[in-house]
Amino acid sequence: MIDTERRDGLSDPLTIAQTWMEQGRDVAIATVVETWGSAPRPSGSHLVIDARGNFEGSVSGGCVEGAVIAEATSVIETGEARMLEFGVSDETAWQVGLSCGGRIRIYVERLG
Amino acid sequence: MDPSTLKQLNSQRSARRAVVLVTDLDEGRSHVIQETSPVEGPLGDAVATAFRTGRSATVQIDGRALFLNAHLPPPRLVMIGAVHISQALASMARLAGFDVEIIDPRTAFATQERFQGVPLHAQWPQDVLAVRPFDPFTAVAALTHDPKIDDFPLQAALEAGCFYVGALGSRKTHASRMERFVASGVSRADIERIHAPIGLDIGASSPAEIAVATLAQVIHALRTRGSSRVEKSDVA
Repeated sequence: MIDTERRDGLSDPLTIAQTWMEQGRDVAIATVVETWGSAPRPSGSHLVIDARGNFEGSVSGGCVEGAVIAEATSVIETGEARMLEFGVSDETAWQVGLSCGGRIRIYVERLG
Repeated sequence: MDPSTLKQLNSQRSARRAVVLVTDLDEGRSHVIQETSPVEGPLGDAVATAFRTGRSATVQIDGRALFLNAHLPPPRLVMIGAVHISQALASMARLAGFDVEIIDPRTAFATQERFQGVPLHAQWPQDVLAVRPFDPFTAVAALTHDPKIDDFPLQAALEAGCFYVGALGSRKTHASRMERFVASGVSRADIERIHAPIGLDIGASSPAEIAVATLAQVIHALRTRGSSRVEKSDVA
């Protein structure tokens, strides 16, 4: 995306991921790779998570971050990347779905 | 993602270079593609689209799902001239997400008091550009009316491939500017890229209105960047 939102390096998820990595922390990167309908964050948006559940960035503006962070913890443990999908059609939609009616696919991978 | 890939990606981004990160969603491998090194074939077309539009997307190529994440630098607006219009334009452009800078060697104009919180260079454009050159993600608006100040950065903006180049001044002023540029060897095609008189034709009159007209034109140039569909947005 043309980055008109990132105003400083302090809040840039990929810069933070690198800093965490250099501090020796285990890190997962979650990326929105596909969206349908009125998804809250565009493709390419990142959420970065460490093994303790600290996170920066957003992939949905708050709707599904909790679920992504939980998945990221096991991605960090196993090293296996995962594809997550969220939407109103999801059976857990009432719990972690997108109230806006959109649908998103999120790729979660371990850094390193 | 490989740590070295993330480091490479971040160093390109902080150097204001456009890159696309290609991730194979089945195998998990990723690599960085620079805008200056074109790619052949269907992937090349998809990468070119990502660079042009700044949109990230998953594409199917040769039976593989590839995610192309376009990282284009934050756009920068450099105003030549710490004038009344620049005061309004600096505020508006920052709201729209631009990094804003002002260059004006006239120290009476370029005061922090008039431009609070805006990076201000009270130096000749030649000296500032030697340290902080323009790039394709920079918009340049020349606003002093003074050829001694405006001409050099305008020509530098054309050479650097800035996505927007605009100059304040009447048609008459611009006609003599074009004569000077032709005489100094600037190509016709380059001269045609200058938006002058500056701004969309919305009948702007006050400095703030001219700032709106200019910012709208800059945004249009940004969002149609690299598209052959629309080169100039001047309605006049």
